[in-house]
Amino acid sequence: MIRIQQETFDPGAEIKALTQDRTEIGAVVSFTGLVRGASSGGDDASHPTITAMTLEHYPGMTEAALADIEAEAHARWPLTGSVIIHRVGRLLPGEPIVLVVTASAHRRAAFEAAEFLMDWLKTKAPFWKREETEAGARWVEATEADEAATARWAQSSAG
Amino acid sequence: MKLLYFSWVRERIGLAEETKRPPPEVTTVGALMAWLAEQGEGYAAAFADPALLKVAINQKIVPPTTPIADEDEVAFFPPFTGG
Repeated sequence: MIRIQQETFDPGAEIKALTQDRTEIGAVVSFTGLVRGASSGGDDASHPTITAMTLEHYPGMTEAALADIEAEAHARWPLTGSVIIHRVGRLLPGEPIVLVVTASAHRRAAFEAAEFLMDWLKTKAPFWKREETEAGARWVEATEADEAATARWAQSSAG
Repeated sequence: MKLLYFSWVRERIGLAEETKRPPPEVTTVGALMAWLAEQGEGYAAAFADPALLKVAINQKIVPPTTPIADEDEVAFFPPFTGG
């Protein structure tokens, strides 16, 4: 299940909705991404406090990209269900941005698929973040670390 | 063709989307970016370094050598930073 929305979400409610009365589920893993209160400045000395973060996206392409990412996870792991929620619009520190939930019979698939979904979400879904700080506003830059994280899921071509 | 701009590309040009008809000799994505760079100051700033940008035709990311057609939706943006 995929949702792109401005409204906030409750991870507990989403997990409950996914797992209620589903006795084949033995493992549920969830990840929630939140807006931090400090700038994602890496190792440099100044970390101006983030006062707001705005998520822009490409309507149409966003839904298609998330559907592809979800389908890829279900193809690679035996999942009995999954949830991806990604918010857009202007968010404040402490607010949730993204939720990934994976459900499977056993834990390994649930853990790996959740990590895979987040790594792919970071680089393959058309969202752009703009941070507002006391020092001004800036567009967050894509990092090599995120590209490397996505690349580690590359599979050798099947015969 | 329909052109869409996102993130700082949108800010520099001052538009989220528009319809433009490039001259017939502009046949690829790369040529389109070079032609757009000549359309004004904001465009020049947005397309100053095409290597910084990604391009999607009809919502699929494509390399700069890809041919363009009148009915395409072409979007220009920096690498994604979602999640």
